[in-house]
Amino acid sequence: MSASRVVAVTGNESVAEALRQVNPDVSAAYPITPATDIMQRFTHYVSNGKVKTEMILVESEHSAMSACIGASAAGGRVMTATSSQGLALMWEELFIASGYRLPIVMSLVNRALSAPINIHCDHSDGMGARDCGWIQLWSENAQEAYDNTIQAFRIAENMDIRLPAMVCMDGFIISHSIERMEYLDDDAVRNYVGDFKQLYPLLDIAHPVSYGPLILSDYYMEYKRAHAEVMSKVKHVVLDAASEFERISGRKYGLFEDYRLDDAEIGLVVLNSAAGTSKDVVDAFRDRGIKAGLLKPRLFRPFPYEEVGEALKHLKAVCVLDRADASGASYGPLFMEIASSVSPYSPRPVLLNKIYGLGGRDYLPGHAESVLSELAEVAATGKVRTFKEYIGVRE
Amino acid sequence: MATPLSLKELSKKETMITGGHRMCSGCGAPIVVKMALLASEYPVVVANATGCLEVSTCISEYTAWNVPWIHNAFENAAATLSGVEAMYRSLKKQGKINSDIKFIAFGGDGGTYDIGLQSLSGAMERGHDMLYICYDNGAYMNTGIQRSSATPLGADTTTCPAGTCVSGKPQPRKDLTRIMAAHGIPYVAQASPSHWSDLMKKVRKALEINGPKFMNVIAPCNRGWRSRTDDAILLSRLAVETCYWPLFEIENGVTRVTVKPKEKKPLSEFMRPQGRFKHIFAPENEALLKQAQHDIDAYWERLLKEEAFTAPPEPGQ
Repeated sequence: MSASRVVAVTGNESVAEALRQVNPDVSAAYPITPATDIMQRFTHYVSNGKVKTEMILVESEHSAMSACIGASAAGGRVMTATSSQGLALMWEELFIASGYRLPIVMSLVNRALSAPINIHCDHSDGMGARDCGWIQLWSENAQEAYDNTIQAFRIAENMDIRLPAMVCMDGFIISHSIERMEYLDDDAVRNYVGDFKQLYPLLDIAHPVSYGPLILSDYYMEYKRAHAEVMSKVKHVVLDAASEFERISGRKYGLFEDYRLDDAEIGLVVLNSAAGTSKDVVDAFRDRGIKAGLLKPRLFRPFPYEEVGEALKHLKAVCVLDRADASGASYGPLFMEIASSVSPYSPRPVLLNKIYGLGGRDYLPGHAESVLSELAEVAATGKVRTFKEYIGVRE
Repeated sequence: MATPLSLKELSKKETMITGGHRMCSGCGAPIVVKMALLASEYPVVVANATGCLEVSTCISEYTAWNVPWIHNAFENAAATLSGVEAMYRSLKKQGKINSDIKFIAFGGDGGTYDIGLQSLSGAMERGHDMLYICYDNGAYMNTGIQRSSATPLGADTTTCPAGTCVSGKPQPRKDLTRIMAAHGIPYVAQASPSHWSDLMKKVRKALEINGPKFMNVIAPCNRGWRSRTDDAILLSRLAVETCYWPLFEIENGVTRVTVKPKEKKPLSEFMRPQGRFKHIFAPENEALLKQAQHDIDAYWERLLKEEAFTAPPEPGQ
């Protein structure tokens, strides 16, 4: 294990520090709350010669991702950061980045999508981009955001996959809150990430390549099938990167965190910061003799269906908490993944879906308590009052 | 300083866009690209906006490009090339690249005047060392001849069809060349493939200048202009001789008209061979033709005045 420094920093500060340590060749970014702070801190490093990065301060997020695509195809390490509307504006480019298999790393500071305009946390931005061919890692706190950012470069740049990766953390709740955490030392991070390996760089004048051909019905589907094949390798790359990261940091990462699940009868599934609050409440239920547990997905794309299904199949009742909604048109996006994960099993847990925390609405221990109490009742009686509902909302 | 152009030298150079691409016969765009790449004395990396040129020159598993080439999307050739150029600067600064490389973006008028204007403006303002070349055929030809902000007054397109109530496009063209000049970038020019030497000199000069450069090049489209297949050069020449498409450059704020027609031909000579203007010659559209001629005359007069104002004759001349 390498030396580490204990610090008290915000989530944004921790990501900016990770980016300083990784020291990418190029970054293109555009300000948007709450991600702005990452790039403000990072450009401070640029202005003071702490990194070698060429900054491109673009005129929109669409151009930010466009420039990242050009820079990455040119042949170097590239990163950016955004939130909400910024990610929505990049949407077209997200598919092109992954379609060209460019290992761009992006920090996504989760924020609600308009309308109404709102700057606070929910996951509607990241969920809207879940099927764009990127790897998605989600982070509970500043430590995880820092650790995931460092691991994301190693994962994205792995020669077997070469895919862009986005690292999500909760806007304001994590991005702007100060926490105690540990930084690795610079050398440990640089050795872990390693030198960037070029693959078909545009700047290799002696070997001209063409990026972005037209492929019609004759081969488009094979191209997309090949992308899916590459995605299937991501799980292993993520686990390898995690085990190597554990060696330098002592911190263990997997495809998801399973918390007191082994003998659990009821459980919560929840992403990011709300998992922290929920774990405290799980402990309180355990103290009362109720076998509660929790699963917090980390690798959301590609989603590890088999492993999640195995981890949850023995529970009697599970509630999936979604911090994103489809405006009532379907269940929450996390719920649908969990439902797919347990569907091959019989018996399987009864599944409930609660939509919480939209637009930064607080998620409090009382919410987790009432959900777990309801689950205990469902487990005991087999009776479900309602499969999907909104919590913490004025009805 | 750029070395002077000679046909002897050019005849020995490799063509960087090959034949066998799928552009229509008689299209002006690949002629413009061939000339621009031939004019470069440096290795170049090309970015290409979505459009006819892109869609017809790189159909997997084939590519017509003998230079590194990237197509990203419709509106972002300039932003994409910003990224390539920034990576070049980064790697050069780190000693990982030693050669001098130049960067050229190609976009049609749709991808440049309209949907790509923001990304182009941003790239120019940031000062990237790149040359953006717009091949202007005056409509969205790739999607089937829809009007763009580069479509001339009165032209018949599939989205402003000349009918009984509307006589083609009701608005004049956006003056993109001057909009780019207003960015205060070191070099802006208009060129035409009919005047190959003028076009290639401008490209060669532009590539010697550090910073953002913009060239607007007329590129006839026989499908959209409804003209003869073999008239691309004739029509681009008439565009210059009627002053519909003046050839000029603005270098560090100094305007120079590079080709002055000996005799300025009436605009109708440029319009008449084109089916998209057929209705303009009907008696009821006389006022529209007059308006178009008036606009061209006013622009030409202003350009000459601007030249006289910014670049007064040398003393003793």
